[in-house]
Amino acid sequence: MFIINCPYCGERDQTEFSCGGEAHIERPKQPTELSDDQWAEYLFMRKNIKGIQFERWNHIHGCRKWFNVIRDTSNDKIHAVYKMGEKPPIKSL
Amino acid sequence: MSNNLRINKNNFIDQTVRISFKFNGKKLFGYKGDTLASALLANNIHLVGRSFKYHRPRGIMTCGSEEPNAIVQIGNDPSLTDPNVRATEIELFEGLEAFSQNCWPSVNFDVGGINNFLSPLLPAGFYYKTFMWPASFWEKYEFFIRHSAGLGKSPTKPDQDLYDHQYAHFDVLVIGGGISGILSAKLSAEKGLNTMLVDDKNYLGGSTIYQDDNNFKINNENSNQWIKKQIEDLKKLPNLTIKNRTSVAAFHGYNYLLARENLNDHLSSYERKGNIRQRLWKIRAKKVVIATGAIERPLIFSNNDRPGIILSSSIKKYIDYYGVKTGENISLFTNNDSAYETAISLNKSGVKVKVIIDIRENSNSILSKQVERSGIKILKGYTVIDTDGYKKIKSFDVMKLSKDGGSVVGNKITYKCDCLGISGGWTPMVHLFTQSGGKLKFRNNDNVFIPDENKTPSKQISVGSSNGDFELDDVINNTVKNIKIFLGLDKNDLENLNIKCSKEKQKRNIWLLPSNKPISKTKPFLDFQNDSTAKDVKLALREGFKSIEHVKRYTTTGMGTDQGKLSNMHALGIIADTTGTNMGDLGTTTFRPPYTPLTFGAIVGRNVGKFFDHTRKTAIHDWHVKNKAQFENVGQWKRPWYFPKNGETMHQAVQRESKAARESAGILDASTLGKIDIQGEDASEFLNRVYTNAWSKLAIGKCRYGLMLNEDGMVYDDGVTTRLAENHYIMTTTTGGAANVLSKLEDYLQTEWPELNVYLTTVTDQYSTMSICGPNSKKIIKKIIPSLDLSDESFPHMSFKNSKINNVNCRIMRISFTGEHSYEINVQSNYAKDVWERCIEAGKEFNITPYGTETMHLLRAEKGFIITGQDTDGTLTPSDLQMDWIIGKMKYDFIGKRSLYRSDTIREDRKQLVGLLTDDPKEVLEEGAQLVESLDKPIEMLGHVTSSYFSPNLNKSIALAVVRSGKKLKGKKLIVPMENKNINVTITDTVFYDKENKRLNA
Repeated sequence: MFIINCPYCGERDQTEFSCGGEAHIERPKQPTELSDDQWAEYLFMRKNIKGIQFERWNHIHGCRKWFNVIRDTSNDKIHAVYKMGEKPPIKSL
Repeated sequence: MSNNLRINKNNFIDQTVRISFKFNGKKLFGYKGDTLASALLANNIHLVGRSFKYHRPRGIMTCGSEEPNAIVQIGNDPSLTDPNVRATEIELFEGLEAFSQNCWPSVNFDVGGINNFLSPLLPAGFYYKTFMWPASFWEKYEFFIRHSAGLGKSPTKPDQDLYDHQYAHFDVLVIGGGISGILSAKLSAEKGLNTMLVDDKNYLGGSTIYQDDNNFKINNENSNQWIKKQIEDLKKLPNLTIKNRTSVAAFHGYNYLLARENLNDHLSSYERKGNIRQRLWKIRAKKVVIATGAIERPLIFSNNDRPGIILSSSIKKYIDYYGVKTGENISLFTNNDSAYETAISLNKSGVKVKVIIDIRENSNSILSKQVERSGIKILKGYTVIDTDGYKKIKSFDVMKLSKDGGSVVGNKITYKCDCLGISGGWTPMVHLFTQSGGKLKFRNNDNVFIPDENKTPSKQISVGSSNGDFELDDVINNTVKNIKIFLGLDKNDLENLNIKCSKEKQKRNIWLLPSNKPISKTKPFLDFQNDSTAKDVKLALREGFKSIEHVKRYTTTGMGTDQGKLSNMHALGIIADTTGTNMGDLGTTTFRPPYTPLTFGAIVGRNVGKFFDHTRKTAIHDWHVKNKAQFENVGQWKRPWYFPKNGETMHQAVQRESKAARESAGILDASTLGKIDIQGEDASEFLNRVYTNAWSKLAIGKCRYGLMLNEDGMVYDDGVTTRLAENHYIMTTTTGGAANVLSKLEDYLQTEWPELNVYLTTVTDQYSTMSICGPNSKKIIKKIIPSLDLSDESFPHMSFKNSKINNVNCRIMRISFTGEHSYEINVQSNYAKDVWERCIEAGKEFNITPYGTETMHLLRAEKGFIITGQDTDGTLTPSDLQMDWIIGKMKYDFIGKRSLYRSDTIREDRKQLVGLLTDDPKEVLEEGAQLVESLDKPIEMLGHVTSSYFSPNLNKSIALAVVRSGKKLKGKKLIVPMENKNINVTITDTVFYDKENKRLNA
């Protein structure tokens, strides 16, 4: 169980948060103009990385805010935390 | 039996306090400070159990948590009995009753012991190989296998004990109260850091506390005297929390650890009464010091499992700490110097060691020379090849080792004995380090895995013998040096101690000792608890198992409750030797929590019974209880299920309630439905995007039913939303979906549509809802609020009005989930019970009937209204539900829209919602029952029943179902095959009652 530094509340136990999967997958602005394959790419395809992953987290039992976390899925080390809409502070590791 | 094996000098055992206990029904006694194991040994009882597979007699082998054999059942009260307790850990208390496990009818005569003689027929993987065919016989085999296997007995009645959970935050957690742990805790607390020190024993000081030997001196004091002073100093430190009888079970990421504190397992039942038995500490520490020590390895030779064969260091502890002789005629067998410490201790207590078998050709340490001088015979370069004695060792055979140690030469010598101490060197306890994600490195010169300081995942350090330092000077100097760096300390007075110890690094390691017999004729046990031998490991390798994880599972080596604390290293060594691999490359099996078994009680703590989950009750709950409602759990909510009258069955009550609701008036507590208050200038646009239908044109004061999808196009939730004002809506969700819907909407608002100015607030608990339906509902509302204009023109179906009931503000919606003319009254929850009672009072003359969820389900099914989560399961689109009418085709986008014309969602042979009527109108289908077209095999499953009821208003059975291509199959006959009969049904429309919706305005 790791500790997440919520950008709004500070360090809190993981039990206060829920993970919303991979980050930076933007909902297409014009879904109706996409082919089945393009829509499926948005809807179903996720990388499920072993290693550095960009993720969305929600402080569900706290401020209820969504934000982004850069986490190493192999050892749960968190490299950065940043708000929605902000650019990742680290490009890749 | 007398304590004739007890010596009369001791600081640790209070021989003035006698404690009586029972073992297998026999009354015995020990002293305060004893463990069950030390008390049994003092009574000359070695045989305590039978082994798992061969039912061989087994005795106490160790003095700690690594004990594989001496596991007992404590107590026989069906609610308090405790299985698989290590006799070496349980402290003796007045009235303790312990029983041997895995033996029948008794530990001295065990029927399963025949397995020992059958053992050539029971090799590794025996069960896998033998009970494979025919496959259908497995169930028959299983009964006997399960019956003959197994360790202790589970309690059969609920646990009466109390358990606690406690969170703790410390700067530094030190695990282990031996010398390195004590020094670490002292340095940490003296620095002013908030420190916790835990140890699983009831005393501090580890093995140093009883090391009263002038070969081991610190600043010219014997090490036991020196450590005692350190402990006294330690206890004075204000910012140090010391927890004894506390065992760390798990070391998770980010220095989160679980530790179990035993609070009353060492007390008599009289002293325990009403107190907490165990406390599970949930510790978050900024830094962790692992000082868990090392455990001694056994040696692997034929018949090394007989009662009376004990680890040499344990013999030392039994004599030095407990004052108990483990035998009158003791010999020792070793590959290192530890056994010589034991010999010195025994000598001092007047027990002369007969012979020491040392596989090393020579040893020049102070200790070995001292032992030699004392006249004890030492056979150097010899090995034990076999032992004899059934319930206790009687003798052992030795032979000279060849130069390379691969075989034995010369003549066999037999020595009589009643106890044989064995020492195979030491294994650092790295379990917690690896649990936390740390990686190990292999040290070739003494064959140990130690923590790799460069592969440590969190702020932690391993010190002392758990870090591979086995000599007293190394332990102290390295601990002090490393802790200084780890905690950033200044110079301290522990840095330059004058330490005297015996330096002997020579070890000779032979994982599997040779014998004069072929290996097939020997029984060299590796894992004593699971009865796997070196032969089994070699067999697994011959059969092609290469990975250590596979060999472990195939042979079950290391899979007992002791997790192979004694056996793993030897198994690895034998695999490495046999396959010619370096042990470092081979790696270890995975150490998983808990380090020692945890009780379920400690894991669940107080979260039992009514505290297992939160209970949510509506504001009207007390009225329901008073009126004899039966309750149904809907998520955490308690909802009235039905209100039986005069001994009615559920069926009778539901039939009566359903009829009353349609014939006159019914009232339902609908407070559990999720309610989300939506405000902001973009609220309409927001609803447009989350619901499938159009919302912009909904007039203020009007209500609309909405269907919410996932992006994959599948129905997710539904409910009625009311426009209260220009930019103000109140949304209702299903009871179970409330929290998830709010999360989902927040997610879209915060991440996809941050440009929308919308605020969501959950008001589920703030408002209570009562729904009054039926042809007389209008008259009841009129009685409660005479001033309200209820005409269809002023207050039509799907509209809302603000009003007051007895001066309490309320919102009244004219919406219906039953198909009847009905009203929903929403009031602030603290007024709800009063308003509800006024409705009941006003409705009396109309026989207003409170109804529960079951009647609600029945009434809506008559109308073909779906319940998301019952008729849907996340695989149905609106079109599958025959609800194409609710898709806003003209809308540019909404959640899930694009998915509604994916190749998969436009298939015509999807499962679709239909109605079903049974040919026999009295036959009620079972929900979940399968639908088929023909009974010819192979039978094709076409769908299943989702809702099914006997309708009192139609006087027949009705059902909803999902059926492949169902939309096209109206009128088709299908079969519902049940266990004893086949039920014929016909596919119909989903609306059974009042198809024209005339009753809404009745």
